[in-house]
Amino acid sequence: MSVKRTVAEINERIRKGQAVVMTAEEVARLVKEKGTRKAAAEVDVVTTGTFGPMCSSGAIINTGHTKPRIKMKKAWFNDVEAYCGLAAVDCYLGATELPESDPENRVYPGAFPYGGAHVIQELVAGKEVRFRAIAYGTDCYPRKEIETTVSLKTVNEAYLFNPRNCYQNYNCAVNLSDRTIYTYMGVLKPNLGNANYCSAGVLSPLLKDPLYRTIGIGTRIFLGGGVGYVVGPGTQHNPEVRRLPSGVPAGGAGTLAVTGDLRGMSPEFVVGVSFTGYGVSLAVGLGVPIPVLDEEVMRHAALGDEDLVTQVIDYSHDYPEMVARSLGEVSYAQLRSGSVQIQGREVPTVSLSSLPKARKIAARLKEWIGAGDFLLSEPAATLPGPGSGIAIKALHERARKH
Amino acid sequence: MTAKVAHKIVLHFPQQTWDRPIVCMLAKEFDLCFSISKAEITHEEEGLVVLDLSGAESEYKRGIKFLKEQGVRVEPLERDVTRVEAKCTHCGACLAVCPTEALDVDRETWLVSFDPGKCVACELCIAACPPRAMQTAL
Repeated sequence: MSVKRTVAEINERIRKGQAVVMTAEEVARLVKEKGTRKAAAEVDVVTTGTFGPMCSSGAIINTGHTKPRIKMKKAWFNDVEAYCGLAAVDCYLGATELPESDPENRVYPGAFPYGGAHVIQELVAGKEVRFRAIAYGTDCYPRKEIETTVSLKTVNEAYLFNPRNCYQNYNCAVNLSDRTIYTYMGVLKPNLGNANYCSAGVLSPLLKDPLYRTIGIGTRIFLGGGVGYVVGPGTQHNPEVRRLPSGVPAGGAGTLAVTGDLRGMSPEFVVGVSFTGYGVSLAVGLGVPIPVLDEEVMRHAALGDEDLVTQVIDYSHDYPEMVARSLGEVSYAQLRSGSVQIQGREVPTVSLSSLPKARKIAARLKEWIGAGDFLLSEPAATLPGPGSGIAIKALHERARKH
Repeated sequence: MTAKVAHKIVLHFPQQTWDRPIVCMLAKEFDLCFSISKAEITHEEEGLVVLDLSGAESEYKRGIKFLKEQGVRVEPLERDVTRVEAKCTHCGACLAVCPTEALDVDRETWLVSFDPGKCVACELCIAACPPRAMQTAL
């Protein structure tokens, strides 16, 4: 008899402490040993995890009202500006924002030692940060300036709101030029000196639910060491890409917009990072539980690094110039082996996402569910999938109309 | 009879010194003995040589003076690179640039290890490390 389960049935088993939970790495081995049907019958939930730089991240912070009141026009946390085009004391601190004093790439390649992501990590670590705001003053909000310190203890709300995290799959970056280049994919040595990739592969959440059958709007997730939620498809969600017969996208595809309270998070899983010559980003730890509703869900969740592929892209010319060209398709098993063949050359591979942390996240989520502390949620709506017609667009410049 | 000395040093050769046989002059002119443990052209197109240099103390001093006159920057290898363990996320970005495998990854645990004994203090990892866990102890 084929396996069928509902999220409600799985939650009932979690509550009773009876749910069988395994990480995606564990079920990949289990399915090889016992086959999909038996594995689907045995396991209720598969946990995934990923930890890597996710630029499209930031925090929404409500600092609390001052006396007299202020309607902030501009605000800075440790000299990093937050966007204030919201209500009086609401602001959005973007992860990649830099202090105005940063020399950027004027001395190339710039070091970018500090930015919004580092402020967010410090807040999560419980530190106090300097806060300054200015305003023009109104009858109801007369104050024009404030300078103080804030922390997660002093502010009202402080939550991560990341418009695009958890890329389903990501390019493997190389450099075909004859000079070292500095990218968001790390330092790329000339003439195919190294190939940098950024995916947890076998553990990567959206690679394990490639057709978005279980992950959708409202899905409860591990975010930054605490609990978060999927808000919707992330920006640049692009489900209509070429897929392997298994349904897995052969390159970048789906993304997630996520949110979660900074207060439950840990600086171990919310880390400000600096990419020389590029800028600042936030490394985010994110894990998604996949309810094993049937055999198909298990077949996808158990795909191994050898079943998952990505495209090798040149970052010296093709990527910046929007030239759609792949230098080859490589599997994550090949990337994990230490080198791949590109244009007849053996190129050493380098991971930008941390597998040890991805494993820790999948294991942590497994513990939470096993202990009955974390119930699964049925999506309020699904994410656009293949056939939805949703596809990423480029910005084409048009002549100005007079 | 002057005392013998031996030091591990890092030489940084600016681009304009490429065509001059500088290191071999240490042996010819100053009777110094050298053993090169690392030589490469870095991404900034600077020559980097790590060597053990030994000989009579007075000649050693003259040899170092000669190097500096040639525009070579001389640093003791003791200007070590260290890793702030709490900051390392074990992503592996540093592996792209480490020339000596002082930074290495265990392909079972995927933890990145740092062996200061293999480090030649080229410092390429410092700029390549996203969480800035690699630092120089000055």
